[in-house]
This record gives sequence, structure tokens and C-alpha cells, in this order.
Amino acid sequence: MRYVLQRIAFYVFTAWAAMTINFFIPRMIPGDPVQALLARFQGQLNSDAIESLYVLFGIDKNSSLWSDYVDYWGQLFRGDLGLSFSAFPSPVSEIIGEALPWTVALVGITTVISFLLGTSLGVLAGWRRGSWVDGLLPVTTFLSSVPYFWLGLLAIFLLAGPDSFFPSSGGYEGGLVPAWDQYFIPSAIQHSLLPALTILISSVSGWILSMRNMMVTVAAEDYITVAHAKGLSERRVALSYAARNALLPNVSGFALSLGFIVGGTLLVEIVFSYPGLGFLLFRAVGAKDYPLMQGIFLIITIAVLVANLIADILYLLLDPRTRKEG
Amino acid sequence: MSEPVLEIRNLNVDYGLGEQAVHAVRDVNLTLHRGEVLGLAGESGSGKSTLAYGLTRLLAPPGVITGGEVVYHPEQGEAYDVLALSDRGLREFRWAETAIVFQGAMNSLNPVHKISTQLGDVLAAHEPTMSAHSRQARCREMLKLVGISPDRMDAYPHQLSGGMRQRVMIGMALILQPQVVIMDEPTTALDVVMQRQILGQLIELRERLGFSVIFITHDLSLLVEFSNRIAIMYGGRIVEEAPAASLYRDSLHPYSAGLLSSFPALRGPRRELTGIPGSPPDLKGMPSGCSFHPRCPKVFEPCAGNIPVLGRPTTPDGASRSVACWLHPVVESVG
Repeated sequence: MRYVLQRIAFYVFTAWAAMTINFFIPRMIPGDPVQALLARFQGQLNSDAIESLYVLFGIDKNSSLWSDYVDYWGQLFRGDLGLSFSAFPSPVSEIIGEALPWTVALVGITTVISFLLGTSLGVLAGWRRGSWVDGLLPVTTFLSSVPYFWLGLLAIFLLAGPDSFFPSSGGYEGGLVPAWDQYFIPSAIQHSLLPALTILISSVSGWILSMRNMMVTVAAEDYITVAHAKGLSERRVALSYAARNALLPNVSGFALSLGFIVGGTLLVEIVFSYPGLGFLLFRAVGAKDYPLMQGIFLIITIAVLVANLIADILYLLLDPRTRKEG
Repeated sequence: MSEPVLEIRNLNVDYGLGEQAVHAVRDVNLTLHRGEVLGLAGESGSGKSTLAYGLTRLLAPPGVITGGEVVYHPEQGEAYDVLALSDRGLREFRWAETAIVFQGAMNSLNPVHKISTQLGDVLAAHEPTMSAHSRQARCREMLKLVGISPDRMDAYPHQLSGGMRQRVMIGMALILQPQVVIMDEPTTALDVVMQRQILGQLIELRERLGFSVIFITHDLSLLVEFSNRIAIMYGGRIVEEAPAASLYRDSLHPYSAGLLSSFPALRGPRRELTGIPGSPPDLKGMPSGCSFHPRCPKVFEPCAGNIPVLGRPTTPDGASRSVACWLHPVVESVG
């Protein structure tokens, strides 16, 4: 328990450091970003927004750096990330709040499925070397080495179209209102199938390969021979002795990939014009929407840190050697 | 002599198949009697561990058994060939009849499970009707038997020392009260003090529980002390087999003599330690005839040409021992 608290303290510190850097970076940019923006928006911003921009970028002439910093934290705790430029006057937190569920649902579920599927196939391939699963390996490796955007475009070209079941872009049928009802949910699922499939194809082989290799390594351990000699069933030796140990390195990889769910799928969402966080970031970069970018980076940072914490706790549960108490 | 419990007949084990195969164990005949400690000694690569893995069918690929049989005599009922058992039969045979204590004390336990889980899953696999409570009680009892406090039940392997781990393994080996326990260099990874302690405990347990032991080691001095009979292996074959005392006093095969003169005696006059010149044969290109002849100090004409047969020598105690050497004419071959 003490160890967990230590880890949490460490991550809180890291989060503080990341957010502080997030605060200082705009202040280190030479020139006045607000003036540059004002020039771009040609008077479309009102004076309140200009004021908040100055506060956000820390070039508020009337206040000290320290009081800016305190204000910044106050805003963060209220969940106030400022106003977006490109979707003015919507608050950044609202825009991110709309995009986040799409990404988490699509990429989150796909990542979990990919991990479970890849790991199970890897266990099978590693335990029964030379079986049909081994034949699958070159195919999946080839598919994962195909650049993702090309795979996505190919999928759209081949499978999507005016008369096809698969829509080529968007998160749901135009004209529907997002709600938990019988019209919206099936449409959302239908729109997510093709992006999910392409993510799965490009990510599953990594899990298969690493799990297979760990299984092969672990299968040569003495305790596997002992388990066979003990007369345990093949299933118990494979799962409770071999796979249980081979899984450990893969678990930390999985937790890390959970952290990248939020930010790491730019290409998927761009190719499929999916209304998630990656697509939002892409649009924010295009529109030079600094508050929105800052907000998205913040979310990504927090997601990666939380994923790391989950990895630590998972490891603690799975590997007794990492527990410190005697 | 008492009745046999395990008879190895003409066992052959190869690594690999076809032309490229390496013959690691060749035509081995060996009988383990009820309640005895049979020592198996030889240099690295002489085939002693392969023999042990072969007779329990634990050989990892590319190891294959190419011939022979291993006849097991259970306490009650008919004798059967272990090599002919079905997968299910083999699983039931393993550990319940023949348990093994492996070489790597440090790595024989699964690092992610508690000691109690690893002791308990043997019981769960072999005696499925046993209740969880009596399983726990049995595990506790086994730990006590090998001198580990039962409150270590919930410890993980990394929380135990090497000696404790090996004692847990010995306790685990005895948990189903097997007839035969194979010890494959059980104390090699431990220091000499721990070695003595564990072996002493083992001998005591054997006297109490009455199982038979096949003790594999390269340390002949240990065997002379702890075993009833000793078999010496060289190049995959058994070259001499005799009661421990007779082997120690007058060994017949020059290789046994070489092994014996490679460690110092505690008492008696000082003598030069000689060891055996040369190195163990390459199993891929075995010398013709007796495979020891290139290193043998007493080599003469027949050695290079023909393989000597393991048989009873004409010495006064010839009935109780066997040797495969052209120096010692045999009256009757073994096997």
C-alpha cells in the first residue's frame, strides 16, 4: 500500500511538472502570440476574449508571473481551459468533452480487443510452435507494416461506397441527434466498424508477436519442466505457469497503449473524419487554435500518466516480486 | 536383494532425427530396487540427466526415445511400461509414482504463485476428491517434514533462500508418497554446508518413508557416502555398476578409477590427485570401440575395435557388479 501511495505521489508530481511546462511554453515563444492571432481573426474577437488570451498566454502586463500562475491553476481546477478560437465562443472544455467519448469508445474498445485477441493467439502460437497460428504470423506482420493511412484509404476504397454497408466517414448518420436511443446507437456502431477493423488489423500483430516470443522464452524455464513432471494438465501448465509469466512484459505494454488511446490515433480519425480527439487536434493545429491545442495536450498528458499508474498497479497485482513488503 | 521397482531395458535416447541425430543414451540397462539409493555418476555430457528425463518422458524436443522400455512395478498390481503409457496415464504416473527434484533449485518454482499454491496443485491434479482444507493441511505437513516453518506457506519463491527452495522442492516431491524419487544434481546450486544438511535430511526421510532414489551427480565422493549402489556413465553408456563400497575400494573400469582419483581422501596417506587426461567425447563423433579408449591409460588391442559388453566380471564379488571393459572378461552379459 505504501508503494502505491509513493507511486501516486510521483505521478501527481509529474502531472504538476507537465502542467507547469504547459503554462510556461507560450511565455517562452518570442513575439506576441495574441497580436498574431488578432491579426488572423481581424477583429472577430471581442475584448473579453482578448483579455482571456493575454491571461492564458501569460502576457497580461498588469499582473506578475506568480499571480498568473496561481490564476492558471485556479482555472484548471474549475475545469476552465479557456475559449476556443476556431469555435468561438465555445469553451475548450466543452469541445473536448464532445470529442473525447468518441475516441475513448472507438480506440479504447479496439485496443482492449486487440490486446486480448493478440495475446490469446500469441499464447497459442508460442505453446504449440509450428501449428496453424504460426502461419498467421507473416500475414499479420505484413498487414501491420503497411502504413496506416494507406490501409485506411484502401479500406474506404474497397469496402465503403454509396451502396455499401460501411459508411466512409463521420461518427454517425447525419441528421441524428446523439442520444442513447435505438436510432443513434446502431448508426454509431455501424460507423465505427471500419475504423475499428483497420486499427485491429494494424495493431494485433504486435501483441501476437511479443506474446509468442515471451511464451517461447518462458517455456524453456525450469519451472515449466517441473510443472510437466508434476503431472498437471497441459492446460494448467500452459495458462497458470507459462502464460501467466509470459504475460508480465505485455501488461506494461498494454497499459502504455491505453495512455495513447487519447492522443495516438490521429491518422485513424483523419482518414475516417471521425469526430474524436485526434481529428479535433488536427483541426486545432490547422486553425492555430492555441487554447484548444493546450487543452488537448493536457488531456493527453493526464491520460498517459493515469495509464502509467494503472500499469504500476497491475504489475503489483500480477508480479509478487515487485511488492516490497516481506 | 529386494525386488525391483524400476527396470530400464535397452533405453536409447537421441537428440535430433535421422543422420544428424546425436545418440545421448545408448543401450542402457539399469535396475532400481525397492528402498535403495542408486547413484548415477559421470562427467558432463555423459548422458545421466538425459537418462533421467528419458525415463520420465520429459525430454524437450529434439530429444526422442528411440528404443527400449522402462518397466515400473507399482506397490500393488501389474508392472507396466512407462514409455507405452497414454498421455492421460502418463500424467497420472508422473509425481504420484516417480517424482523428480531438479538441478536448478533457484528456478524450479513458479515465481508468481505462492508456495501453498504450487504444493496444492499437485494434490488438486492427482487427488481431485480431496477437500481444500485437507490439501492445506497436507501441504503444511510436508513443509514441516522438510524443516520449513508452516507459516511460510503463503510466501512467494523469491522470499525464500536457495536452500529453502530446494527443501520445498523435496517436500513437493514427497507429497504424493512416490515409490521413486529422481534427484538430478539436487545440491549443485547450493553451498557445501547446505548440501550436507539437505542430503542428511533426505537420507533420514528415505529411511522413514522407504522410497527409492536415483541420485544423479558428477560428484562421486557424495555418492560413495550416500548411495547403496553406483552406476558410472561414459559417452551415453553405463561402463560400471557396483555396490558403493566395492566401487570405492576396487573399481574395475579405468574410467571409474580415474573419477575416484580426482578427489582427495579424508584419511590415509597423501596421494597425487590425477584426474583423467583429455576431455569427454564429442557425442557426434564417438570413438570406435570402447568410447573411453583414447583417454584410457590401460588401452590395448581390442579397445579400439570392438565395444565391450556390460556383464558380470570373474572377480569373487562378480555376482553383485558389472563392468564393460576388455580388461575384465565377463561371464554373463547384463540385459
